[in-house]
Amino acid sequence: MTGLTPLLSALLPSFLASLVEMVEAFTIVLAVGLTQGWRPALAGTVLGLIALGVLVLVLAPVLDLVPLELLQFIIGALLILFGLRWLRKAILRAAGHLPLRDERIAFAKETDALRRHAHSQRASYLAGLAAFNAVLLEGLEVVFIVLAVGLGHGLIAYASLGAAAAFVVVLIIGIAVHRPLAKVPENGLKFVVGLMLTSFGVFWTGEGLGVDWPGADLSLLGILLVFAAVSIGAVVYLRPSRKAQLRVVK
Amino acid sequence: MKPKLRAALDEILGLFVDDGSLASFAAVLILLIAGAVKILDIPPLWGGLALLVGLVAILIESLARATRTGKKR
Repeated sequence: MTGLTPLLSALLPSFLASLVEMVEAFTIVLAVGLTQGWRPALAGTVLGLIALGVLVLVLAPVLDLVPLELLQFIIGALLILFGLRWLRKAILRAAGHLPLRDERIAFAKETDALRRHAHSQRASYLAGLAAFNAVLLEGLEVVFIVLAVGLGHGLIAYASLGAAAAFVVVLIIGIAVHRPLAKVPENGLKFVVGLMLTSFGVFWTGEGLGVDWPGADLSLLGILLVFAAVSIGAVVYLRPSRKAQLRVVK
Repeated sequence: MKPKLRAALDEILGLFVDDGSLASFAAVLILLIAGAVKILDIPPLWGGLALLVGLVAILIESLARATRTGKKR
């Protein structure tokens, strides 16, 4: 793997997926910071990051012991499950069958919940816990994606760089605007990342089974195009027709 | 401690499973193809192509089911 391949197969999906997850985590941390102060928000965030770091330190040596073909098969299978989940949801959202995620609504809900506990003696603890949970849970998805897109072909450094870049981007924009990042096109990103992860999953599961894909890495593009065509077709087909929309309005 | 552990396990499972049928069908398909390639000696490329076609079919079925359920509601 040389040239553009590490960028396209590790750095880009890791960056885009991490961007989505970090925007979601940022919304909660911001809600904690603005309602209960920055001390519990930062404490929860730092502890969440430490927990994730420990997890990576524990997991990495264990994964190194697994033979490469088996690792590609297992990671490929998990990527398929993970990617299909994102892709399905993104298609249903794009077609109007599921509501789009709105960071402003998520922020308002979290703020409300925190305000309800504002006078409790444990308010700071609960606020810190909310930040910790958000960072840990969203970060868990980032860790999985970084390991999944990086380990199969020894591109962990590129995948980590993608996640780190997303962290820096969200942090800089977040500090600058100081409100939920509602303008990030989350569903569009999830759609693209779902397509990429599902395609990598099929490619790597195949490699794990000994498939000699025609055109080698280039066949990854073919797999991606198949899923993209089916997904875009599904969005167009499942979108309520203009007639149906008019009937609803009447 | 138990409910917290359960919640943590649910969260980890939730990373991969949203629509249970979609995840189960995909997992069964992957295992069947792995078995066919490794035990029945089916050419791996056929297995790879069957995986691609099978997953596309599973995705379409899941989407169709989700929209049907949505309309019923």
